[in-house]
Amino acid sequence: MAKSLQIIPEKCTGCMQCELACSWVQTGMFQPSRSLIRVNIFDEQASYAPYTCFQCDEAWCMTACPVNAISIDSDTGAKVVGDANCVGCGLCTIACPFGTVFYNPDTQKAFKCDLCDGNPACAVACPTGAIEYTESESADWLGGWAEKVNASYLQSIEGGNAA
Amino acid sequence: MTHGWAGHILRVDLSRGKATKEPLRLDWAEEYIGGRGLAARYLYEEMDPSADALGPDNKLIMATGPLTGTNASCGSRYMVVTKGPLTGAITTSNSGGHWGPELKFAGYDMVIVEGRADRPCYLLVDDDRVEIRDASGVWGKVVSETEDAIRDETGMPGLRVAGIGPAGENLVRFACIVNDKHRAAGRSGVGAVMGSKNLKAIAVRGNQGVRVARPVDYMSAIWSYHEHLAESPGRQGLTELGTAPTVDLVNTFGGLPTRNFTAGQFEGTEAINGDSIKENWLIANKACFACNIACGRVTQVSPNADQYMVNMHPRNWKVAGEGPEYENLWSLGADCGVDDMDAIVMANYLCNDLGMDPISMGATLAAAMEMYERGLLSDEQTGMALRFGDGKALVAMTEATGFREGFGDELAEGSKRMTEKFEHPEYFMGVKGQEFPAYDPRGFQGMGVAYATCNRGACHLRAWTPGIETSGEHDPHATEGKSVWVAEEQNRTTAHDATGICMFTTAGAPLDDLIPVLSAATGVDYTMDDFVHIGERIWNIERLWNLKAGLTAADDTLPKRLMEEAHKEGPSAGVTVDLDAMLPDYYAARGWTADGRPTTEKLMELGLA
Repeated sequence: MAKSLQIIPEKCTGCMQCELACSWVQTGMFQPSRSLIRVNIFDEQASYAPYTCFQCDEAWCMTACPVNAISIDSDTGAKVVGDANCVGCGLCTIACPFGTVFYNPDTQKAFKCDLCDGNPACAVACPTGAIEYTESESADWLGGWAEKVNASYLQSIEGGNAA
Repeated sequence: MTHGWAGHILRVDLSRGKATKEPLRLDWAEEYIGGRGLAARYLYEEMDPSADALGPDNKLIMATGPLTGTNASCGSRYMVVTKGPLTGAITTSNSGGHWGPELKFAGYDMVIVEGRADRPCYLLVDDDRVEIRDASGVWGKVVSETEDAIRDETGMPGLRVAGIGPAGENLVRFACIVNDKHRAAGRSGVGAVMGSKNLKAIAVRGNQGVRVARPVDYMSAIWSYHEHLAESPGRQGLTELGTAPTVDLVNTFGGLPTRNFTAGQFEGTEAINGDSIKENWLIANKACFACNIACGRVTQVSPNADQYMVNMHPRNWKVAGEGPEYENLWSLGADCGVDDMDAIVMANYLCNDLGMDPISMGATLAAAMEMYERGLLSDEQTGMALRFGDGKALVAMTEATGFREGFGDELAEGSKRMTEKFEHPEYFMGVKGQEFPAYDPRGFQGMGVAYATCNRGACHLRAWTPGIETSGEHDPHATEGKSVWVAEEQNRTTAHDATGICMFTTAGAPLDDLIPVLSAATGVDYTMDDFVHIGERIWNIERLWNLKAGLTAADDTLPKRLMEEAHKEGPSAGVTVDLDAMLPDYYAARGWTADGRPTTEKLMELGLA
């Protein structure tokens, strides 16, 4: 079983320590605009949801890359952008269905979560345990939630049709 | 290249419609750290303290500290420094949220706003792109709608907005500047200063980074600071229950000012304490930027609140917003004799959205309620019965004050001016024109000298004595040792305020943890002695500013009620504040003359002469 980032939005307080930690790794500065993990804030619902790359098994960023700059790290399974090959075309940022591959205007290259070589800074920095790096069946921490929402959505449609 | 500090300030002259980027005075930055200190230094240099607080010659400074925008826990703060319309003194109003860090990311340590625009405007700061924009589309809007409208209008969802609501526009003397919808630079009327300049808001987006000078030292200092914070029971308490448990603590000592300070204990505390909020109103706790505490309370009102419906709310009221915090539970609750949390939550949310300080709001209404109950204000004058305990009066008057409607127009002047106008100034409970916060100095003697001497008028955040007075360290009713402790604590908190770190971290991590973080971030080797010395320097420059503004030692006083009338019941029964015993000791501890002026020797020692 591989380790993956598991995010528990219910524990998140919206403090942004993950963004700060990530940007520190990326740039050596505290610069949330260069963070590869982003906290979505839904203030009206008092809900905060960090999200970053799921390291998809079927990684569209890899498929889309015309120069094969994205490879799989053999230790962590992370999909990693190789700076030497990346030409900064941005196709991977468009291909990613989750919006978790970014273009860095400073380096003019793509950049994305590489799981910090197996010790993700965001998980270390999170003060509430909302981000964990643990062994799990799947990196798909949103799956259960999506299934539930989908089920109730489908039911509402079916119910609507029946009526 | 600067570290910690962004290295630039943004100066905006609204009269000329010009915005310029200037290098930061780094020599001052080292000597005053940032935030409250650095802004005071600029204000002292640049502004005539006798200017009208609501005139174009007042300057409005919004200043971050060198740790604002870093990952140092609670490095979210910025400080609004200006002449307070409530007090006529220098005011230093602090706020968290995300706005301060965003300003740093845009590349500025502070914004200095000068002059007055000839029509409503707001400022858009997008890194180096700075625009003074027409605000006709947002003028009149409440705080939360202003933020949404500016984001929509600019097409920039990532903007962080600090601005005013109707209260600031209407020059309510205790209007706030509110950022991120719920975080306020609350006291002394800084929002009215913004309103007087025809400035609705400052919206910021920053893409740059904050550097630290010695990364390895910095991170190791951060680890120890964050670890202490995580382990501390003080921090854990704030996370679980916010500030509200203070209601019970303070009430136990007979120091919870009730019904305009006519009693020291409130019979309704069970309805308004931390447990009550947690069980009945809390949805989630919420953090400011980089905050490992998350004391913020996101709350909702119950169906019972329908009876308090007000006119201004076009919005969905399911989520009421944030708070109330301890201070608001007291001012809108105990001080007005109200024990219905729905009324308090509602009034608190109105204060947030109208952009007003709930402390001064509740306290001013409490003074009016006492006058009404004594027959000194009539129904014709107030427009409705203002009885202690009446939640409907609380909510209605809060709304009326923000819009300056009816008797709200009188309340909007603050309780000093309101009580004077109706010829009973003895019911004003505050210092230097600013209403007291939630500690009765007859329960905590030290708060007497802390309130009387605070540069921004009555304030609990400059030297909070209930900590040492409830711990058994000091007798809460005795005067001995209080003045010296207050003077020293004022220096520590003042330097702390200059860093950009929230005061609440001191509930969990010792101040010693912060010094190496500050040093490694800025590259300036501060010791604890330097730090306290800087606090003293800032305190003295604020004092000098106030003296130039026309304040004197006669303003370092308390209402007669606190010095002459003791509570009849409870743990603080029979106690009055002996300020005469404490004030001379305080001046001596400060190295000031008997009439409260810093001596030349003291000023030379501090590099101020």
